[in-house]
Amino acid sequence: MTVEAETRPGRHSAPPRSPEGTLMRRTGDWARRAPLLPALIFMILVTQLPFVVTVIVSFMNWNAYYPDERSFAGIDNFRRVLTDANTRQAIWVTILLTAAVVLISLLLGLAIALLLDRKFRGRGIVRTMMITPFLIVPVAAALLWKHALYNPEYGLFNGVLTWIFGDNAPQPDWISNQPLWSVIFALVWQWTPFMMLILLAGLQSRPLDVIEAAGIDGASQWDIFRYMTLPHLRQYLELSALLGAIYVVQNFDAVFTITSGGLGTANLPYTIYQTFYTAHDYGRASAAGVIVVIGTIIIATLALRSVSTLFKEEGR
Amino acid sequence: MTGQVMMVTGRQRRGGGWALSGLAWVVGLLFVLPVLWMALTSFHAEEDAAKNPPDLAAPLTLDGYRSFFDTGPWPSIANSLTASILSTALVILLAFPAAYALSIKPVKKWTDVLFFFLSTKMLPVVAGLLPIYLFAQSVGLLDNIWLLIILYTSMNLPIAVWMLRSFLAEVPVEILEAAQVDGAGLIRTLRSVVAPVVMPGIASASLICFIFSWNELLFARVLTGTVAQTAPVFLTGFVTSQGLFLAKVCAASLVVSLPVLIAGFAAQDKLVQGLSLGAVK
Repeated sequence: MTVEAETRPGRHSAPPRSPEGTLMRRTGDWARRAPLLPALIFMILVTQLPFVVTVIVSFMNWNAYYPDERSFAGIDNFRRVLTDANTRQAIWVTILLTAAVVLISLLLGLAIALLLDRKFRGRGIVRTMMITPFLIVPVAAALLWKHALYNPEYGLFNGVLTWIFGDNAPQPDWISNQPLWSVIFALVWQWTPFMMLILLAGLQSRPLDVIEAAGIDGASQWDIFRYMTLPHLRQYLELSALLGAIYVVQNFDAVFTITSGGLGTANLPYTIYQTFYTAHDYGRASAAGVIVVIGTIIIATLALRSVSTLFKEEGR
Repeated sequence: MTGQVMMVTGRQRRGGGWALSGLAWVVGLLFVLPVLWMALTSFHAEEDAAKNPPDLAAPLTLDGYRSFFDTGPWPSIANSLTASILSTALVILLAFPAAYALSIKPVKKWTDVLFFFLSTKMLPVVAGLLPIYLFAQSVGLLDNIWLLIILYTSMNLPIAVWMLRSFLAEVPVEILEAAQVDGAGLIRTLRSVVAPVVMPGIASASLICFIFSWNELLFARVLTGTVAQTAPVFLTGFVTSQGLFLAKVCAASLVVSLPVLIAGFAAQDKLVQGLSLGAVK
């Protein structure tokens, strides 16, 4: 990985007496490792060990209702999970949900960050207003969208339609008509501020003198955006997309609250929750968990590569 | 300087300037509107809240809040506070020395260790749900707030390590050396030399860890019952009741979101730093 090449010039570029060298000589290897160990051991115990157990259980026949009939199942659970139409639907929904939420929030966030990068009256207030959705507890936000906005009888959306069109206004049942999009919109509302914040910080770290010079040299706004702003923003776009994807792929709150996983909106986290919580089929729930993890590892490996370049820049 | 350049670019865009500023305001208002609507509804009587078209000028009342607090949310709010505050403290306690060690590169493959931390963040929590449940069941930790504290610590530790490391990378090595020359041990170096310098980083990390712990639903829902249930779990149990409940739900949602709203508004810049794992300062 490129990150191996990362160096911190501040710590290496004092040739006569490398500060790091001195530190290293004075303290033993283990003394320097010691502060790292509590956190490392804690993480291995709490996050890796359970996962190892999950892998083991995924190869077992184990249903909570028949606790005495535990046995080795081979790849049965995996076969059942992968041939199950519900699981395949859940995998598809997870991909669709994550891709849609991340892409739409990213584009909206970029547009809004560009708007907020200008100086105008009340910029601080608008920024504060933009952040608000992200600061609402996710379950509360999902409840808000489901009951106060989408509800066909007294939700705000249909209320506005009645305002505009009077008594004959269309009163769609938003969640039943577009269940997946209902979830996506609620999540986009929460995640756009997140993307916007990171991208705005990226925009404000641009070397402005260079951009000013380009402007004076007659570069058009579009050229400046296309050839200077966008390349500079690239790593921020990648970082916000990666972090957003990490959180959205695991989303449970919105699916659980808005549709209860019904109407074809059950994503993998919800499906596993359900298999585990209602069906008590431990083997199968574990197999589904292992599949999610393999999927995320594939995505994460690609993603980590991009994030490592970002932190390489940062170390400069 | 920033201001001057802004004005230059502003002048170039003179024609569209007003329109773009107006657009920014409209977009900002659109995003905050659902929250304002929630706040307004929470102060309406249930019958007014359920009107279509909505009655903006309906008389204001505290009934929604009253009926929310009548359902006894305090234990769950106290649980959420306990879990969030203690897990955040634990995260900082573990992450700070770890980040310190990583920033002086103790191990040969120190980047691998760093990425190991981040990769645990990508491991979907659901994958570990079952073993954690079975473990908690066998040792009697189900419905115990300490289980959540430990899980939230593991959930937020990677974020904190990454953030603090990026702050520690800026601590001049001379300071650390001076401390060592003066014979300060590890704990003293961390407490009185490094901590003051990276305080902003610790603040950002704490804010983010607090928010994520406060928000968490899946673990809390599966692993707690009546004793240790947290505020988000309390919220989900709310809507099953019959009859009109919109004002009550809005009041409840607002009350539960209040700590996060206050913390987030008060420390907007810390929020940005925290969200980007310290890559953006």
